[in-house]
Amino acid sequence: MRGNAFEAKVKADGGTELLRLLVERLGGTEPPPGPGAAATPDLSASGPEGRVARTALALREATGSGGWTLLDHPLLALEVAGSPAYLEPDAVVVRPDGRWTVVEIKSFPMIDGSADPSKVGAAARQAAVYVLALERVAARTAGAEVADRVLLVCPRDFSNLPTASVVDVRKQLSVTRRQLARLTRIEDIADTVPEGTTFDLEHCSGDELTAAVDSVPASYAPECLAACELAFHCRARSREADAVEALGRGVRGELGGLTTVASVLAAAHGESGDPRDPTVAALRRAAELRAEALASAAAAPGRTGGGDGRDGPGPAGSLSACEAASTGGTSSSGATTTSTRTRSRAGTGEAAATGHGHGRSASARTES
Amino acid sequence: MSLISTLARMEAVASGSAQPLATVRHRRISDRPLVLVPLTTAGEAGAPLGALVGTERDAPRLLTVAQPRDRDLRFAFLGELAEAVLPYLDEYADAVEPAERSEADPETGKRVKVTVELCADAPQIVVPSRPGIDFVRLLGRSMRFRRTAEEDPDAAYPAPPRVPLLGRWLTHYGERARVPGSSLLLAATDLLNRHWATGQSSLEDQHLGALLAWIDPPGSLSGADAALHAELDRDPAGQLVCPPAGPATDPAFDNKLLAPAVEAYDRARQALAAAEDGPRAEERLARLTAAEHAIRALLADVMRPTWDSVWHALDLLRELPEGGRVADRWTRDRWSFTGHRDRVRAGEPPQPRHDDAVTAAQKLASRESAQGQLEAQEALDDPLVLAGRRLSGEAFLSEVTEVVMAYSESRRPSPRPLVTVRTDDRPQLGEGVKVYRSLDGKPQSAEFVRYEEDGSPVLRLTDRMGRAKDPAPGSVPEKGDRIAWTLFEHDQRGGPKLPDPEDTPWTHGGPPGADGTPGVGAPDGSGAARGSYGRTGTDAAVGPDPMTEEDFL
Repeated sequence: MRGNAFEAKVKADGGTELLRLLVERLGGTEPPPGPGAAATPDLSASGPEGRVARTALALREATGSGGWTLLDHPLLALEVAGSPAYLEPDAVVVRPDGRWTVVEIKSFPMIDGSADPSKVGAAARQAAVYVLALERVAARTAGAEVADRVLLVCPRDFSNLPTASVVDVRKQLSVTRRQLARLTRIEDIADTVPEGTTFDLEHCSGDELTAAVDSVPASYAPECLAACELAFHCRARSREADAVEALGRGVRGELGGLTTVASVLAAAHGESGDPRDPTVAALRRAAELRAEALASAAAAPGRTGGGDGRDGPGPAGSLSACEAASTGGTSSSGATTTSTRTRSRAGTGEAAATGHGHGRSASARTES
Repeated sequence: MSLISTLARMEAVASGSAQPLATVRHRRISDRPLVLVPLTTAGEAGAPLGALVGTERDAPRLLTVAQPRDRDLRFAFLGELAEAVLPYLDEYADAVEPAERSEADPETGKRVKVTVELCADAPQIVVPSRPGIDFVRLLGRSMRFRRTAEEDPDAAYPAPPRVPLLGRWLTHYGERARVPGSSLLLAATDLLNRHWATGQSSLEDQHLGALLAWIDPPGSLSGADAALHAELDRDPAGQLVCPPAGPATDPAFDNKLLAPAVEAYDRARQALAAAEDGPRAEERLARLTAAEHAIRALLADVMRPTWDSVWHALDLLRELPEGGRVADRWTRDRWSFTGHRDRVRAGEPPQPRHDDAVTAAQKLASRESAQGQLEAQEALDDPLVLAGRRLSGEAFLSEVTEVVMAYSESRRPSPRPLVTVRTDDRPQLGEGVKVYRSLDGKPQSAEFVRYEEDGSPVLRLTDRMGRAKDPAPGSVPEKGDRIAWTLFEHDQRGGPKLPDPEDTPWTHGGPPGADGTPGVGAPDGSGAARGSYGRTGTDAAVGPDPMTEEDFL
């Protein structure tokens, strides 16, 4: 609700404020148009195909006009896995030089120039799809070019005044492009499903739907829970199958060929598995050490270590990074270079934390 | 996730109940923590909806906002929150003890010891989950630049007294929560996850109800079943039996219960405003009060389970003995609290919107060293954590098999005894690698010399044996001693000194305020040059946020 009100406010006045923000953030030689100077063509038409055609026409006219144009809620088509999908960006701006820029208006706040990274990431992925769809249209339009930097407009701090930030979506573009290219076509997926399966919500009973869902395989990971309504169903199946992925994707990394919880535990407790297999050996060692530590703690309840009350301020890097440094055998000079570089980057803020840690600790270790 | 904690999760899956990840408690739990359960309004980007707050588990203070879009009601809420939290903070501010701190002498530049006040204990705030910590930061940011009527008589929308002060404190607590191992502001889910492994993924572990069900299932249920119930069970009206720990609420609650109640409240308010005569107004006021009470009752019902869960979590954690070095880290938290108390009392302006380059670098460096220190201290306090380090070859348990006295080859020979140990662990030892052990709480270092023919490592002790020719008694291990050696240092060394903010190099934006940009109040906060909001900036750097007709906090 606030989102709609905010979007209306941003686009009010023929988009004067929006275009001012766009020029301010993206720069360029042309000054922003005055109130009412930008064209805002009517894009309404009957049916999605009609709106897509209307949008393409408006884009072509705008590109040829040599002036500013703001397209409010254009409709674009993109082929996904062999069937068309319709997309509706918040706005697309056509500049006098024929460049098209996607504008994404979001209602989450940008506080002190930064917004929730997960929400910005989602907005960037969303905008990248719009850019892809626009590129298809631009390919058929003379003099048109789609910008790979999009404008994200958010409320500023705690007010409802708009502020904007430029988001570079080149990475999201290439990821989406690749994913779209390797998506299995819907017909191919349909071929693998048993004959007669339907997911028709209106004409099927609950049992039929459950059977239909059960007939398709799923690759569940806990991340699904945030995005998919069927996640609980897939999780139950994954747990039933005793799959290790139910505990997180990262778990698989160190377990080699062991894919079920039971097989991991059996290997760890020496009941199965080849002791020469490094995974099995590491698991056995881990189980031994864990049992030993728990037994020693149980034998001495209330055990506490010696208190050492010294304050030793100052950094020497994180210990998880130590591990990498000690196995990696970083040369002293190399480590020092990293250290200097990350140190100079530290001023830019939190983002440098991880890389910084590695560089510093690598140097600390090799010095000692 | 390390292999050893992955294994613990798998054991939890197999057994149906949570498995320990620690044998001692690695965080301080105050004797009298302040528990804060906040709720936020869906779709309003951080507008508070209500909170339960207090230090008594049987008597939480209920604060609510009947209409979250109404600025006056939100301000009233924040004012009440300040009245609930600030007296608790003040209680700790005046109980002090003398402590020594080394400071640079302003005239000579030498490091000298000065005696300063250190608060004897620090107030601790516990929220249910990690988003709760983020919400505390957000509340702090939204309040600390507000102006009260006293500070600025011309303000169009003055904040209630003490609200800006609460904002500064919540900001400080939110910042401190980013320091690894600190205990000033804690999330119950983080605390439980540090000490127990459940049979679900770390994402699902963010659900406080499910997490508690794994660790301490009610009745005869297994942890796995109880967690499933906590996640999914709904009452006949379609409401979750175990509401989310917040600050976000369940959509079913928002749509089915809260929205109609808020609507009823709005109608009652309009009716009251339209009332023409006294008796009718009185009757309508009664209706408005009833509508407000209905909202309060709704919010109380949805927050109470979370409130009880947080205290339940604290009970479980208190059963674990505190780790030996937790007190050391708590002392740092006390310093942090005392430092901010002093800044507030000295009349310093609120924390800037952006840290300047030097402050940011210092924060990063101190968090890094805190991380290193935390990992080392946890391993030294807890055999189970040490087991993980032994598995990765960063530590080893050994039995001393032989001690041979030797001396260094300097003009004044000092003792450098050679200690042969036997170990089943596989430490990553190489020539000259240093190892450390804890001797009366202080680290003693040794270096690896060679492997004996049977594979036993030989170590040469290098320090903490006193100045005499013969080592101080007890400083050299004896045959048969069992010792845990670590390949990582027990303390963190200081890094290179950073320049003063006034000497910030141009590569980092130059000294704060030097580029001529006015601070805040400039039309655009986000685009203004970095570094113009430094602590050393002028008053303009801490100007209030602009207020518009519709704000969300």
